[in-house]
Amino acid sequence: MSEINLPAAAEPIDQVGLKVLTIVATLALLVTAPFLASEYWINAIIVPFLILSLAGLGLNLLTGYGGQLSLGAGAFMMVGAYATFSLQLRVPELPLPLALIVAGFIAGAVGLAFGIPSTRIKGFYLIVSTLAAQFFFEWLFLKFPWFYNGNSSATIALSRGLSFFGLDANSPHGRYYLTLGIVALLTLLSFNLIRGQTGRNWMAIRDMDTAAAVIGVPVFRAKLQAFAVSSFILGIAGALWAFAYLGSASVQSFGLTRSYQILFIIIIGGLGTIRGAYLGAGFVSLLPLALDWLFQHLFSGHVDAGLLQNIQKAIFGLLIIWFLIKEPEGLARLLSLRRTQGARRRLFPS
Amino acid sequence: MKRLLVAALLAGTLLSGLTPASADEVSQYIPLPTYRVGAYASSGELWWAGERDYFRYINEVEGGVEGVKLNYEEFETEWSPDRTVEVYERVKAGKDGSPLAFFFTHGTPATYALLEKAAADKIPLIDPAGGKTETVDGTVFPYAFPLLFSYYSQASTGINYIAEKVGGFDKLRGLKIATVYHDSAYGRASQPAVEVLAKKYGFENIQIPVADPGNEQSPQWRQIREQKPDWVFLRTWGVSTVVALKTAQRFGFPADHIIGDVWAGSESDAIPAGTAAIGYSALAPYPGGTDFEIHKRLKAEILDKGKSDLRDQKLFGAVNYNIGLVNAALAVEALRTGYKHFGARPLNGEEGRWAFEHLTIDDKRLEEIGFKGLLQQIKITPTDHEGGGAARIQSWDGEKWVLQTDWIKADHELLNPLIQAGAAAYAKENGITPRTPETETN
Repeated sequence: MSEINLPAAAEPIDQVGLKVLTIVATLALLVTAPFLASEYWINAIIVPFLILSLAGLGLNLLTGYGGQLSLGAGAFMMVGAYATFSLQLRVPELPLPLALIVAGFIAGAVGLAFGIPSTRIKGFYLIVSTLAAQFFFEWLFLKFPWFYNGNSSATIALSRGLSFFGLDANSPHGRYYLTLGIVALLTLLSFNLIRGQTGRNWMAIRDMDTAAAVIGVPVFRAKLQAFAVSSFILGIAGALWAFAYLGSASVQSFGLTRSYQILFIIIIGGLGTIRGAYLGAGFVSLLPLALDWLFQHLFSGHVDAGLLQNIQKAIFGLLIIWFLIKEPEGLARLLSLRRTQGARRRLFPS
Repeated sequence: MKRLLVAALLAGTLLSGLTPASADEVSQYIPLPTYRVGAYASSGELWWAGERDYFRYINEVEGGVEGVKLNYEEFETEWSPDRTVEVYERVKAGKDGSPLAFFFTHGTPATYALLEKAAADKIPLIDPAGGKTETVDGTVFPYAFPLLFSYYSQASTGINYIAEKVGGFDKLRGLKIATVYHDSAYGRASQPAVEVLAKKYGFENIQIPVADPGNEQSPQWRQIREQKPDWVFLRTWGVSTVVALKTAQRFGFPADHIIGDVWAGSESDAIPAGTAAIGYSALAPYPGGTDFEIHKRLKAEILDKGKSDLRDQKLFGAVNYNIGLVNAALAVEALRTGYKHFGARPLNGEEGRWAFEHLTIDDKRLEEIGFKGLLQQIKITPTDHEGGGAARIQSWDGEKWVLQTDWIKADHELLNPLIQAGAAAYAKENGITPRTPETETN
């Protein structure tokens, strides 16, 4: 996350050293994490957190950078999951990583198709058209048994589990490394996209599409690009959610609530930032668990359990409101303000 | 403010790691994934009250199961499979020195989500009158227990009751029977059985899906008005049941020709439907009412002493409360079977499986535990993880459920080949070698 600062000045050596140290420490932590954390932490907290972050990242490219509002995140995740299932079932020669990539491309193509209306409609009206994707795919994947291989329950699961190239990724460690690897790769890809011409086009359109068109940004192409890339990432996130976290999934796993959840992640985390997706996913997925643990240990048995659950919901809601009032631009902004003391201006949002 | 908050959160996380294990005696740990928040909370609350009251009764009045106390703990899931998976991961290692003998899923979608995980972890999933029907075949699914009443049995018992009403199985020929179902794994689960039954008895099988959550059903009931079925089998859940009954009334379909399944037949379904529910019948593997012996015991020992988890005592004996009682009793009796075999100490998952696979509750035992009439006779074996397969029929009279029949058995001879074929297909797809229980030791 190197930043170009104005005025452009070389960073002092000790700061560079500090940065390298931080990166190395983070990498070491990520690689050794499974040996430090219990199985519960990996299976139930870290893996879903990583996958939700990836989904948030995917939507953030479209909504945060491209400025196209979407409530179809769940649908594109669903397409990715069902495509992976179909590929693994019907083209067993294709190893899992390739299947994931192909599924991502299928989701991307679907996203492209549903992005076409964005050239004519904007803002809240676009939400309605992406919402259509949500309902359409829920219907489609239930209506035709071909999509779930005609089993009695209409759920999908990988019969061979997560194994590829003779490796078995079904253990908690395997799931963790698989997820981490994919999330890291796609995050890197997103960084590069954002810093290149594509990302600048997206941001130009987000800030003012007429002006962008006037200076020669290909608005139509860039919008469709945003839809395709975002859906590609969401599709892979969906496949991971279904098979690396849940194990088996149905359309209900990717319902409208999932779309809302992903949207909340990027709003709370920070629109138009990469790390916002991670922060938002942390807030949305970890905070309720932390509250639950806290309440379980402080009050369990003394206070009516139903009341306790409703209070937790209320506290979570209040925290969201409080955070958004304190910093409407999300947690990412809150952090960057603290770090830079608000003194440095940055050319690129990161 | 913020510091305080962060400190509180940190403290909570730390505390959870530091809770000391109680040293004196080890109790059996029973986690309960529950839903007191969300769309299904109104059914849930009574259910958890029933389970908790029975466990408390066992602990405080009977001194535990064979002397082993039950340590039960709730976790909120909002009926979401994702959150149930998280809870499962959190509890599967057991707690305070007690391993996990079994895991109540409290919902069919959650059972589906956990099926493979639990089999790998060797932890029995208990989902009475729910779960995946094929898992009745314990040779392919050793760790799944859809106890009591599978979805195929529900379809079959429903058709048997209709036959009784119309005057014999031969009268079914030419009838139209529509199934209005919640479009989910749960709702679709009965389809293969109804198809086979329709072929056997020659009635016309109409399937009408209702998308989740089902709070608008005019198109479905308009279709019913057009196709004029003689009977409607209602396989909905939560709000979709209430809306179905009200919409049926609006479209002029008589309530006394609608038969609900287990999950569409409680007070939470009938009371909000008002007059639309009068005459409506439902399958009841868990009948409602307080006339059973166990209710007298609970009233004296738990309710009157102010120890009940019920917030509104008027709902004592409601269908959902009795679901909780029956489920808790099944767990307690299975544990008892296990303790007699392995000794009175907390069981692990493999021992839990053995215990459930050797659970027998005959008429005499039903009388002893006070469940006569509330619970059918149960005999679970390694090849039959259902162990019951019968239900009574109850009708709503506008104020309460009134039992209409004794236990009506499902047609197992017809259903078993279907279940075995489904299980065999699953085994083939997933590369599982079915076990042979006859050769197993212990």
